[in-house]
Amino acid sequence: MFRTFGPNEVWYIVMAVQWTLLLSAVAFAGGAAGGIAIALARVSPIRPLRYFALAFIRVFQGTPLLMQLFLVFFGLNIFGVGINPWVAAAIALTLHASAYLGEIWRGCIEAVPSGQSEASWALGLGYRDRMSHIILPQAAKISVAPTVGFLVQLIKGTSLASIIGFVELTRAGQIINNATFQPLTVFSLVAALYFILCWPLSLWARHLEGRFAIATAR
Amino acid sequence: MNYQFNFAPVINNFDQLIYGALITIQLSVGAILIGTLIAIPCAAAKTAGIKPLAWLVNVYIEVIRNTPFLVQIFFIYFSLPALGIRFDPNTAALVALSVNVGAYATEIVRAGIESINRGQVEAGKALGLKGHQIFRYIILKPALRTIYPALTSQFIYLMLTSSVVSAISATDLAAAGNNIQSATFAAFEVYLVITAMYFVLSLGFSGLFSFIGRTAFRYPLAR
Repeated sequence: MFRTFGPNEVWYIVMAVQWTLLLSAVAFAGGAAGGIAIALARVSPIRPLRYFALAFIRVFQGTPLLMQLFLVFFGLNIFGVGINPWVAAAIALTLHASAYLGEIWRGCIEAVPSGQSEASWALGLGYRDRMSHIILPQAAKISVAPTVGFLVQLIKGTSLASIIGFVELTRAGQIINNATFQPLTVFSLVAALYFILCWPLSLWARHLEGRFAIATAR
Repeated sequence: MNYQFNFAPVINNFDQLIYGALITIQLSVGAILIGTLIAIPCAAAKTAGIKPLAWLVNVYIEVIRNTPFLVQIFFIYFSLPALGIRFDPNTAALVALSVNVGAYATEIVRAGIESINRGQVEAGKALGLKGHQIFRYIILKPALRTIYPALTSQFIYLMLTSSVVSAISATDLAAAGNNIQSATFAAFEVYLVITAMYFVLSLGFSGLFSFIGRTAFRYPLAR
């Protein structure tokens, strides 16, 4: 009556990890580009830009990721693009990551001592030189640990793409469970695979945090 | 773009959305209370350095924090019945949310407990306070005061995460949206309104938390 749970089923679930990784990579790349724009807008001298970035962050941090996915998924249809879970998930997770990384990186930019900014003013550096040569390189160093931490959250977030029908690790697990009805084995395997992806990153983030704390201790 | 927006299905079924929002609030508040009750003893065990217990707590925290909530709730709702543990959808949702927030809160409470100066504890001992009094008045309360902002933003994040429980047909706000959407096909309008409702809920939670923070963690001496 049911399909048996054998090596093929395990392989199907394991191979779905690549879609989870691909979606995470796309969302992280897009989110990094969007995040740097949001972070710069958030600390910009231009007031409307600051307000726009603040509103963007508030909206994306104040609403569920699942609703963001639904709105992009059904919203694409309104613009006549048609229903495509892969595109919708990539766009929604990119916007989501932009807001979170924007807020994290804003904090890192503001953590650079203001004397650095003042010194670059005194040296007559313009906005572009000040940001690209003085502020951002120092902010980047501070940002590594929290960014890796967010990457874990993003990988876990890609599981929600399964609800709009994108076949990644969680959806692959559901499909195999529906065919074999071995929920204990299937979801243990799915959880273990996520754990293998996320745990090393979590440990790495903690290690970086510890090293950073030692480096900045006075 | 020649799409006709149609908000009539949302307005006509608004009572369902209100009911869903109430379930979302119930689940979130319930999970916050149970999660805190899980977090305090777990954080105490971890900081006290009781080896096997601290190890168990670590396993719990790492497993929960490194797997998606969606997989956790699938495990609780679909896999546990194979071991003879059965929940209806809303109970499964409450259990999953509590277990999830408990792990995150444990780490936050632990950081708070570790921020307490050892000298405070020694002063408590010198004053003749008993162990549980020291834990409650000298360690826990100042620790909670320190970590309150971090804890409450975790709780707001939990409330937003609770939308995922609609995936196991619990009857929360997101599920109310799924029902209206599948009956009326006004998907975008329905989810737009629901997203706005979640936003209002998050503002409400954050307002409520700052009110509670101001009253519960006031220092006893007036300035």
